[in-house]
Amino acid sequence: MKVDTKQKKFGMAIDLDKCTGCGSCMVACMSENNVPFKKDETNKLDSITWIKVYKVTNDKKYPDTDLCYIPRPCMHCDGQHGHAPCVSVCPAVATDNDKSTGVVSQIYTRCFGCRYCMAACPYHARYFNWWDPVWPEGMEKYLSPNVSPRMRGVVEKCSFCFHRYQLAMDKAYVEGRRELREDEYQTSCTQACPAGAITFGDLNNPKHTVHKMVQPDNKHHGKPKNPKAFRLLERLGTNAKVYYLSDRKWVRKLGDNQTPNEESSKKH
Amino acid sequence: MFPFSFEWAWDAAHIVFMGGLWYALSIVGLGMTYCIIKATMDTISGKGGNHH
Amino acid sequence: MDSALIPKGVKRCPLPVFAAGIAVVGAVVLWGVAGMLLCWLKGLNQTNMNDSYGFALWIWADLAVIAVGGGAFFTGFLRYIINKEELKNIVNFAVLVGVNCYVGALLILGIDVGQPLRGWFIFWHANVHSMLTEVAFCLSCYLGVLIIEYIPLVLENRQIDKVPFFHNLGHNMHEIMAVFAATGVFLSCFHQGSLGGVAGVLFGRPFSYREHLLVWPWTFFLFTWSAAAFGPCFTILCTKITEVITGKKLVKDNVIELLAKISGWMIFFYIIAKTTDTWYWAAHTAPAMGFELNDFYNNVLYGKWILYAEIIVGGFIPALILITKAGRRNPLLLWTAVLLATFGVCLNRWVMVCQTMAAPVLPFDKWVLYSPSWQEVSTTILPVALGIIVVSLSYRYLPVFPQEQELNPID
Repeated sequence: MKVDTKQKKFGMAIDLDKCTGCGSCMVACMSENNVPFKKDETNKLDSITWIKVYKVTNDKKYPDTDLCYIPRPCMHCDGQHGHAPCVSVCPAVATDNDKSTGVVSQIYTRCFGCRYCMAACPYHARYFNWWDPVWPEGMEKYLSPNVSPRMRGVVEKCSFCFHRYQLAMDKAYVEGRRELREDEYQTSCTQACPAGAITFGDLNNPKHTVHKMVQPDNKHHGKPKNPKAFRLLERLGTNAKVYYLSDRKWVRKLGDNQTPNEESSKKH
Repeated sequence: MFPFSFEWAWDAAHIVFMGGLWYALSIVGLGMTYCIIKATMDTISGKGGNHH
Repeated sequence: MDSALIPKGVKRCPLPVFAAGIAVVGAVVLWGVAGMLLCWLKGLNQTNMNDSYGFALWIWADLAVIAVGGGAFFTGFLRYIINKEELKNIVNFAVLVGVNCYVGALLILGIDVGQPLRGWFIFWHANVHSMLTEVAFCLSCYLGVLIIEYIPLVLENRQIDKVPFFHNLGHNMHEIMAVFAATGVFLSCFHQGSLGGVAGVLFGRPFSYREHLLVWPWTFFLFTWSAAAFGPCFTILCTKITEVITGKKLVKDNVIELLAKISGWMIFFYIIAKTTDTWYWAAHTAPAMGFELNDFYNNVLYGKWILYAEIIVGGFIPALILITKAGRRNPLLLWTAVLLATFGVCLNRWVMVCQTMAAPVLPFDKWVLYSPSWQEVSTTILPVALGIIVVSLSYRYLPVFPQEQELNPID
């Protein structure tokens, strides 16, 4: 499939050897995107965390125990033919894979909350508003005016801070440009990360850092040429735009499922 | 659902899916229309008096 | 008191007794309505669903009730298209059960979605590539067909039939019932199938994903087949329950046996197809995605027992009973077969919905288990209770069973 390389494909590279699991990305995302929260956040199964940091271990005993933190935003999958698993199943066209940027959008005013997209997503990247948002008194003044809040009964997910893309494009238009510089459109989690573990940019642009880090092979559905890079659940063919990097083989192996009689080492 | 809605595209998927749907709906609609019209005509011509 | 409404030549219990029975079921309905109002007014936080379990009891109930309601379209197909004359004595009841099943399914869907007032979006802003769109359209249209198939029965009420227009309308609808039945079969094949497609297209969920034939995963065909195969068993089960409650024989044995035989052979070949599909998926499809069969069954609740229960207990055993004359004629074996068949198809729907949600996909994910809240349970029982009321009213005032008079002569 010929890919128009002028077509942007915004994506992320997350260096898991740098991530400390501090959760700044989660906090920044919630703040930037007016993500609602419950009074009691004990039950994480119905909390909304557009980006969520998982903690994994290599299951070995001391002194060989190793930990890794995996921040997991929405993967903004391309699928095999431009069909993210969630986009093709939405019955009301409330989610769309934007061809010009690669971002998978969620249209809150169209969504009627059937949750089929949530069933389809293997990454648990989609969240349902089980409640209406309730902001502590005074907090509504801190909400971002660029991101619409959601009422109960609709699905939401990471948007790669698309409102920032729109603002950056507005600014570029005013300045008579149609192209953005790499630093003009960055997600809030990328900017918040104190370890610099997250890199965001245009995977199709060879000048962008994320492209250089990952070296996506567009002839093979974006598979990374960098042997240290991998995507979660590569074998499912979701063609995710979030890549992970690690020097550690056990971490790379944890990115996908293998049957016992398969050799994982031949891939990396 | 209709050709004038925003999502409509004259592609194979729409033609097959919506074509099949409207075909089925038309058959049901025409069938019921026939029954109602025929029942009206039968009633006017005096059929359907006291039965068992 | 209401003897003028009761069909001629049959006996019914006194109205106060009937009303008392309806009141008991009505209490269950009220409990269901309470749950429904809570969900509509307060939101879906009234359920035990969560972000890992977006599909749960309600979606299972939808799939199960539509599967067992498949007796309506298949019996209609056998009666009006294949011209199995004997089935005219049970097709009314099959349609009645079907109407209740589909109304129940739509009611549950109306409670299940996060924004019920936007439910019309699925029609107005349809995504033709989504299996759920196909489900919504065909299900709604088929409910319309079922209502059309039910209307002539209502028009045969003793008092309504006296009105010439209604008499003629019922007569004319009977004349072209084959057209409606054929359309119903067409619509049913698609919505039963696309309910299977809902699970089978999920390439992010290796447990339910299946290879495709053109645009349809194999689960599409298996669901249509299983609805046609197991649905008649549910019709027979409901008939038998009605006979127990009314204390009368309502349908002759040869009618039941014919339906049971056809159902039995359908189930037999379906289970072979299902076993083949399961083997192929376990041996080829799932491993290509990095999963072994054991990965999907290494949980306390979702162990391999569930696979054997579905295929053997809920599949082969009822099939083997129903394909033998002795099995069909023995009341205990027949009851066992139809109960196990209903259990089997419901279990299949549970597995395709709830086990799909429970099974982890990411290597570092865990199994998630779920149990419904009382609001979910009451709203799931609500359509069953409503169905009992509708069936009771229909049985009391409409000639649902053509053979009732012959089998229960009044002295």
